[in-house]
Amino acid sequence: MHEVNNLLLLLVILLNFFTLGSARLGACIRAVAIQGAILSFLPVTVHGVNPHALFLSAGALALKGLFIPWLLFRAIREVRIRREVEPLIGYVPTLLLGALTTAGSFIFSDFLPLVEEHHGTLFIPTALATLFTGFLLLITRRKAITQVLGYLMLENGIFVFGILLSAAMPLMVEAGVLLDLLVAIFVMGIVLNHINREFSTLNTERLSALRE
Amino acid sequence: MIVGTILHLLLLFLLPPLLLGVIGKTKALFGGRVGAPFLQPYYDLAKLFRKGFVFSDTTTWVFSAGPAVGLAVPVLAALLIPFGGLAAPISFSGDLILFVYLFALARFFTVASALDTGSSFEGMGGAREVTFSCLVEPTILFAFIVLVRVSGSLSLGGMFGPDLREGWTMGGAALGLILVCLFVVLLVENCRIPFDDPNTHLELTMIHEVMVLDHSGPAFGMILYGAAMKLFVLGALVVRLALPWQTGSLPGDAALFIAGMLLLAVLIGVVESVMARLRLVRIPQVLIGTTLISVFALVLVLR
Repeated sequence: MHEVNNLLLLLVILLNFFTLGSARLGACIRAVAIQGAILSFLPVTVHGVNPHALFLSAGALALKGLFIPWLLFRAIREVRIRREVEPLIGYVPTLLLGALTTAGSFIFSDFLPLVEEHHGTLFIPTALATLFTGFLLLITRRKAITQVLGYLMLENGIFVFGILLSAAMPLMVEAGVLLDLLVAIFVMGIVLNHINREFSTLNTERLSALRE
Repeated sequence: MIVGTILHLLLLFLLPPLLLGVIGKTKALFGGRVGAPFLQPYYDLAKLFRKGFVFSDTTTWVFSAGPAVGLAVPVLAALLIPFGGLAAPISFSGDLILFVYLFALARFFTVASALDTGSSFEGMGGAREVTFSCLVEPTILFAFIVLVRVSGSLSLGGMFGPDLREGWTMGGAALGLILVCLFVVLLVENCRIPFDDPNTHLELTMIHEVMVLDHSGPAFGMILYGAAMKLFVLGALVVRLALPWQTGSLPGDAALFIAGMLLLAVLIGVVESVMARLRLVRIPQVLIGTTLISVFALVLVLR
């Protein structure tokens, strides 16, 4: 079980790097979808096969792995964008920052006062690294859809934290987190659609030209 | 010991063109063609060695030094690494640095012989080749550092030796990442898709082929043979890392190694058939990403 957890969390971190370096929107959406699908297996491998964990896994898989990526693919089909423009600081500096924050989250997690069973595992470093990578995507990309993907990756990182607490946290809170995520995506989708219909672009730099 | 060394040299001298034949057959299979025979590279080499040289008036001794060094370096490098379960004939502490810089020496002479022709196309190819190799060198060094850390030995024979099996159970995640990084290094150094197209006939898209454009006859044969041996040597590292088992007998180890190398050739053929060459501005980004992954593997091993 320990090995399976480590392998899954390692795949999550690799998908972080892939999303940071990828220029194609379809590939980015698929990467975040696969990340959500991988994370949906974690409640079962960590807490065993009980109804609570199975429900959480199924819900996460359905929402993060299938439904939300489908919504995002529909969004990019409607606005007809395929490629990302160059990020604010360039791909290579973004990758380097992502690597720095991943290394930093590994080092930082060694200083945290964790419960004994969580000490040598990859949970806390992966959660922090995914959080920081989501932040990076949110900050450095110009297209609004990639910023939405950054927000989704942030939620993935929080989900990894939540798995560790899943035995202690009641089911309602987990469901609330996932519902919150769903509502956020709905709102963002509607807003993106309106922005594009109004200004025929989703490039956030051009939006600030409204001032004149 | 002597038998092992002779077997080592026999594998090194006889097998590399067969790898090229397998790659060609795999690509033909994907294209729905029958393709050239498996032994076609041997016939090509024999044909080239029968021909005569053609030297340009602008070239000097550097031009003929390129193919010669390109042939000698993989032989020397192959003596430093184990082929599967067969131990390395020459092994000393720190020989991993010699291994990396032998290939740098070969690259220097190849680029120098390309620049010696005085044509701008070869210079363009040399500039690209040097840029990509410069970006790939940290990856291979970090991969070796991870292996040093996992195995505790500073020589290639020890890093890839019988202790590799325990290394996989101890640091499996890091070794998996290093395996992928070494495969990417293999594709870059041997000019395979997605980093370079070995079958392109458009000079503007050539990287490696344009450097060897002016060599003819036996010199070109030496270059082809040297490139095949370089693929063999770097592939032997990947195969050893992927199949870390020892059967304990010489024929068994050799058979396992040959099977692994043929599987690797099929895998390279598959990668070449399903992917397109990356845009030239993306290749440095991908190579830096690979370096970061190997650094990440090092972080995993150091925890």
